[in-house]
Amino acid sequence: MTDEHGNSDFIYTDNMTVGYGNTPLIRQIQLHIKRGEIVTLIGPNGAGKSTILKTIIRQLKLLDGTVYLDGTSMERLSERDIATRMAVLMTERIHPELMTCQEVVAAGRYPYTGRLGILRQEDKQKVREALRLVHGEALAGQDFSQISDGQRQRILLARAICQEPQVIVLDEPTSFLDIRHKLEILDILKNLVPQKKTAVLMSLHELDLAQKLSDYVVCVSRNRIDRMGTPEEIFTSSYISELYGITRGSYQAELGCLELESVKGMPKVFVIGGNGSGIPVYRRLQRQGIPFAAGVLHKNDVEYPIAKALAAEVIEEQPFEPIGEGSFQRAASVMASCEQVICCLTEFGTMNQKNQVLAQLGKEKTTF
Amino acid sequence: MKRPHINHLFFLCLLAAAVLFLFFCSINSGSIHLSIKEVWEILLGKSSNRTAYHIIWDIRLPRILAAALMGGALSVSGFLLQTFFSNPIAGPFVLGISSGAKLSVSLVMILFLGRGLYITSAAMILAAFAGAMISMGFVLLISGRVKRMSTLVICGVMISYICSAVTDFAVTFAEDANIVNLHNWSMGSFSGISWENVRVIAVIISISLVLVIMMAKPIGAYQMGEVYAQSMGVNVRRFRGELILLSSILAACVTAFAGPISFVGIAVPHLVKSLFGTSKPLLIIPGCFLGGAVFCLFCDLIARILFSPTELGISSVTAVFGAPVVIYMMVKRTAHPL
Repeated sequence: MTDEHGNSDFIYTDNMTVGYGNTPLIRQIQLHIKRGEIVTLIGPNGAGKSTILKTIIRQLKLLDGTVYLDGTSMERLSERDIATRMAVLMTERIHPELMTCQEVVAAGRYPYTGRLGILRQEDKQKVREALRLVHGEALAGQDFSQISDGQRQRILLARAICQEPQVIVLDEPTSFLDIRHKLEILDILKNLVPQKKTAVLMSLHELDLAQKLSDYVVCVSRNRIDRMGTPEEIFTSSYISELYGITRGSYQAELGCLELESVKGMPKVFVIGGNGSGIPVYRRLQRQGIPFAAGVLHKNDVEYPIAKALAAEVIEEQPFEPIGEGSFQRAASVMASCEQVICCLTEFGTMNQKNQVLAQLGKEKTTF
Repeated sequence: MKRPHINHLFFLCLLAAAVLFLFFCSINSGSIHLSIKEVWEILLGKSSNRTAYHIIWDIRLPRILAAALMGGALSVSGFLLQTFFSNPIAGPFVLGISSGAKLSVSLVMILFLGRGLYITSAAMILAAFAGAMISMGFVLLISGRVKRMSTLVICGVMISYICSAVTDFAVTFAEDANIVNLHNWSMGSFSGISWENVRVIAVIISISLVLVIMMAKPIGAYQMGEVYAQSMGVNVRRFRGELILLSSILAACVTAFAGPISFVGIAVPHLVKSLFGTSKPLLIIPGCFLGGAVFCLFCDLIARILFSPTELGISSVTAVFGAPVVIYMMVKRTAHPL
């Protein structure tokens, strides 16, 4: 398939059926990945993300349908043809004995070297370049088994880059990495994609990162492709909760943060917040298991989604409107039934003038 | 960048020199003492001493050549199996492949000798190969079910015991005349090798060795695991088949003539990798071959001269030197699991 820019799919799966052994797990998968585009598979554990990736890289047998690589069915391509177009970074841990990082990276030159695999000058140049791209020059001479997980992923990514593929398939490349290393890996990918016009197909567990990085998102759930679309279409709080079947707590898609379940019950504490000042208080009350109410918050306030997720009750006001009498009265009545009032604000403006009145009202119950 | 290459070549030369050195040591030692000058003259064909000539040319030389070739073959076979199972303690002996070969060779021997038939080298190798493949089949069946490398090795040792037990039954019920012959052989020994045997061994081993060296590139890729090997363009299915075939041929070829020889296949590749500080197949394969030759020449020398004129079983000697290396490896692995 070709889009309006004449940019055709580099990988296209036509009615692909995947599964283990001969048991189909997901049927009729239609995926399109173009060069210079990052396509991310998200979805709960065991939904079949890895199965799809493993089938595309031929680790698992394709049960039905066709996978086209660069316009040709993969069944008709030779091992070498595929290797020069597609590189992988999978979750399997490898334990090469006595191999330096440079040797691991150089393994990516496999499809380009001769019968005995001896590296030419050109190959060595490519190895250096790949190491530079992942900022791994300093690791070159180190033993691969002695480096950290984060460094290992970078070296394996360099190996994939060294293979000069037009598409890289990655299965959860950031699992088990700390946030710095997660960002490093994804940053390298993000730079690589426009630079080399590489297509990237990967699965990610980190929804916040998937949202920011992906050009296109494929949701795999309950053994089917549940939905596909741009991150804007996919990452809504309600859909993500549905996709992952979240019943306890919630995922705030707009902010990309995960919230625990709110404490239910009659509010005991009333929090007057706004402008983000209430967030630490909400979290503390949630941790301590104290039901609370929050208000009056504008719906466009930065802490509104978090208050929504954690508070037993939120008294809200329309964006860009001054707090009206109606919301004020409701807040006052909820506050009256609370044992304690916490006011997080020190300054009040035109729009939340009524919150100041509210704070005055609850003064005798106030703690800071 | 330059230095490591020089080091590697230097180590290869060192191993080759060690092979030559042990070759001359072995020729010079034995139950009948000959001076260096005498040996040299015999080798150059200048001596007129018929007995000494016979000892050197018909007994010592074929034996030494066989020990060197077979030692090399065993350690290369071990290296291939370690690559195949991604398991550093895999080898033809511990996985029961040597014992499988031993069993089928002894059955064929009893059958043939019992009817007064002569067995050709080729028939012995074929029998050994068939036995090796059967054991290999069992190991492969098990390896599909167990993932822990130690479990696989224990299963291999069990297969090995079963094969040895069946061999012992066969020997017990064989005719008297065969027993001496069989018993010596089933203990593992390089003695009694003829020039005809050496020729067959040399041809098979050198062809296999060349094929293995030609496979150095995919072996290197496979060291990074099956998934990556495939993604780099290795036809994994075919490659695995070739690996199994070649390692079995090498192990079978040795077992057919020298019986099962223990631990060479594990200890030598490990020592060679440590010496070279790398696991690059293009270096390690010739390194293993030379290293295996050194190891077996040395062990055979000890087997011959330690309690001369009584000869020790070669497997006992290789075990004394090889088993500690294997134990060391296992302990090191357990202490620092990868």
